[in-house]
Amino acid sequence: METLFTPYASFGGGLLIGLGAVLLMLGLGRILGATGIMSGLVFAENGSEFSWRAAMIVGMILSPGLIFLVTGKMPELLVPVSPLMIVIGGVIVGFGASLGSGCTSGHGVCGLSRMSCRSIVAVPTFMATAAITVYLIRHVFGA
Amino acid sequence: MKLIYALLTGLVFGVGISISGMINPAKVFNFFDIAGPWDPSLAFVMGGAVIVTFIGYRLVWRRDAPLFGGGFQVPTNSVIDAHLVGGSAIFGIGWGIAGFCPGAAIPALGTGRWEVALFLVAVTAGFYARRLLTPPQPNAKVA
Repeated sequence: METLFTPYASFGGGLLIGLGAVLLMLGLGRILGATGIMSGLVFAENGSEFSWRAAMIVGMILSPGLIFLVTGKMPELLVPVSPLMIVIGGVIVGFGASLGSGCTSGHGVCGLSRMSCRSIVAVPTFMATAAITVYLIRHVFGA
Repeated sequence: MKLIYALLTGLVFGVGISISGMINPAKVFNFFDIAGPWDPSLAFVMGGAVIVTFIGYRLVWRRDAPLFGGGFQVPTNSVIDAHLVGGSAIFGIGWGIAGFCPGAAIPALGTGRWEVALFLVAVTAGFYARRLLTPPQPNAKVA
């Protein structure tokens, strides 16, 4: 399935993602890592650890609605895989991102910007295994 | 006030995720599918996000403390270990299977698609699985 090449929207969206990361550091002094925020919410040890993460997640969930209010349509979201693949992939994502201490936002955006040597190792690692996985599923197993 | 700030930060991040195309698994698969209908758009997302975060973090760190106090909590660990590399490799496999990463799926939940909720439940199960297999160290921080 083809998708449109959208360099301007993607770059503009990237600028906002970066702005979100900078605003969180400015206000709360935290790294914007979705894995850390989500697992910190699930395993929160006290109320203040829980509440800012919960507020942030509420803001994130409201964002497609805001786009709908402004543009009249929801952001495009196509899921070309089966529910079983979603579940298997989700468990693997949760396990791996937790074990590796971060995902695309924490290691990718924030870690690379901090020039963290751990993130400089993590990002090419998960990019490579994702590309290999997509190649195997699409071109070797032909799903 | 702090919670409203956190919510708005999440909203900025989520709008960025939504318009960048990261929210769309079809685009994620095509970004990695160089041998298929390749769509390099998402490289522009990371580019835009890292430019803003790289500069923004350095401006923010000129301050003594975040706006809401508490100090800047930035990971200081620089050890490249098996958890980092293995966890990142595993995360990439899951990302390549499901097409969602945590930072994209949380805003995606706001589109109301049930597949996203399924993915996030599976991610949470993955967090628990990781805790069962390798209990986190007392000082370990997830990025």
